Amino acid sequence: MTEAAPSKTRNRTLITGVIGADTHIVGNRILSMALEKAGYQVVALGALTPADEFIKAAVETAADGIMVSSLYGQGELDCRGFRDMCIEAGLDGILLYVGGNLVVGKQDWLDVEARFIGMGFDRAFPPGIKTGQVLEALDKDFTSGPEAVEGAVI
Amino acid sequence: MSQPSTALLIDFGSTYTKLRALDLDAAKVIGSGQGPSTIATDITEGLHAALADLETQIGALPEFQFRLASSSAAGGLRMVAVGLVRELTVEAARRAALGAGAKLIGAFAYQLTAADVAEITALNPDILLLAGGTDGGNDQVIRANAAALAAAGLSCPMIIAGNRVAADEVSATFAAAGLNVVVTENVMPEFNSLNIEPARAAIRQEFIDRIVHAKGIDKARGMLDQVLMPTPAAVLEGARLLADGTADTQGLGPLVVIDVGGATTDVHSIADGAPTGGGVVEHGLPEPHAKRTVEGDLGMRHGLAGIIDAVGAEGLAQSAGLERSLFDDVVSAIASDLERLPATEEEQAVDGAIARAAVSLAMTRHAGSTHVVQTVTGPSVIQEGKDLGTVATIIGTGGVFAHGDNSARILGAALADPGEPESLRPAAATLMLDADYLLYAVGLLAEVAPEAALRLGRDNLKTLDAKEARHGFGSAA
Repeated sequence: MTEAAPSKTRNRTLITGVIGADTHIVGNRILSMALEKAGYQVVALGALTPADEFIKAAVETAADGIMVSSLYGQGELDCRGFRDMCIEAGLDGILLYVGGNLVVGKQDWLDVEARFIGMGFDRAFPPGIKTGQVLEALDKDFTSGPEAVEGAVI
Repeated sequence: MSQPSTALLIDFGSTYTKLRALDLDAAKVIGSGQGPSTIATDITEGLHAALADLETQIGALPEFQFRLASSSAAGGLRMVAVGLVRELTVEAARRAALGAGAKLIGAFAYQLTAADVAEITALNPDILLLAGGTDGGNDQVIRANAAALAAAGLSCPMIIAGNRVAADEVSATFAAAGLNVVVTENVMPEFNSLNIEPARAAIRQEFIDRIVHAKGIDKARGMLDQVLMPTPAAVLEGARLLADGTADTQGLGPLVVIDVGGATTDVHSIADGAPTGGGVVEHGLPEPHAKRTVEGDLGMRHGLAGIIDAVGAEGLAQSAGLERSLFDDVVSAIASDLERLPATEEEQAVDGAIARAAVSLAMTRHAGSTHVVQTVTGPSVIQEGKDLGTVATIIGTGGVFAHGDNSARILGAALADPGEPESLRPAAATLMLDADYLLYAVGLLAEVAPEAALRLGRDNLKTLDAKEARHGFGSAA
């Protein structure tokens, strides 16, 4: 299996799940499979996952990153305070990604992205992106460290 | 064989030393004996008294093929569980300890504070179970907790069932402090996967190897083969055999055993508890097939205040069919004399109401529950814990069922209450009594003579008249 991991940065643990009262699991499952195939240890929490369960799972498994999916337009509400909860739980500097249909209606993606970055996520992804883009971003962020990530988004 | 093969099963309890002499070929009880519990002085005195009592009933004692014992004497197996996240490794460690028949006197999460360590030292457990972190997960907290515990001046054996990455170092930390230490598999090797059997086995082995000696129970060694396990573990093993059967003989299928005691109410379920309804999403830790929960605040005497707190005196008085003032008088009479057995009709009514409340609450807490989450695609049902809705057998054991003649009504309180559809209690079950208090004996025999043990357990269950059972605890006479 080790030869499936092309990069040393991928020997890491990531939490995935769909936040809130959201049952849309398919995209999240595809993402989890792609991450696993790329060599990450994936802890897949599945659909209907409350925010605190992401954080508890990350504490117990000493995860390196949390990948939050939200497909039903309530993401902004569900993700509020997510970074603060991580800091509270001792997960300082953990990598946080969010992606999916994060808001309702037609909104300018740059606005939406800025809002989620403002909430403490390291990256936010719009609908319709490929798993390869996420893997690329992870490689970059794990190689260059969180400082570089913060630099990149500002 | 000229002589039938026989077995002597001993329960060293906190109040009594109880014996059951069994004919294994006929799967019958030959006789019973009882003596006081004399753990404080010399445990063999009570055992001699119980054997003498048995002898007066059945004459000269046969040469027993098996002489096995369980014990809840000297406070039972007092354990502290330590883990990382309360709902994850702490909960897994708690379940391992309870499943091993322990009396859980403390459970601690996250990095232990100085106050936590002082509390654990004051609790002075018989065994400490240390978990924390999935394999490859967090290893800092378990290392820090081990260092703090090793410096605390504890003397109990340490069982390590946490992140395997840290196990060697943690083990060395305790060994350097002169403590006995056992390393076993992680109670949660991967996130949300429960692996409590190795920890359970390690606890049981430690009980046999060290605790039995530490508590002075092994003074009786010459009079028996082995003290195998704490009595609650024997009851759980008995329940497991009754439910699952043996390789050759079918068991009763999924069942629940309820033991209402003076201080606690124990509930054992042998059932997978998977959702019975379609489209249900399961949340939380996976459930063990054989699960034991202990309600430390629900008991007939020492736990009386807990029951009144939980249900309210008004509801209990109503359930007993008594005026509130009369109910209060009876309760204070009971509270001032904890050894008291109900004598008057009122006292029996109050005891019945207390027992029904204890059974109902303990069953509700043991069983899983559902709640509905509204999503954009419609309502979704989320289940936490075991769905015991289709469990077809509920067995009552313990003093409250031996003394009273309203057992069906007491045990019926475990059934699902139509007013609380979210609680996944058995919907309709056959109510049975372990009338001869044999379940512990069945559990002790389960390993050495499973077929005979299963027959004995089944044949001695007394089926109660279901018509007397009512749903919920609130039904007055």
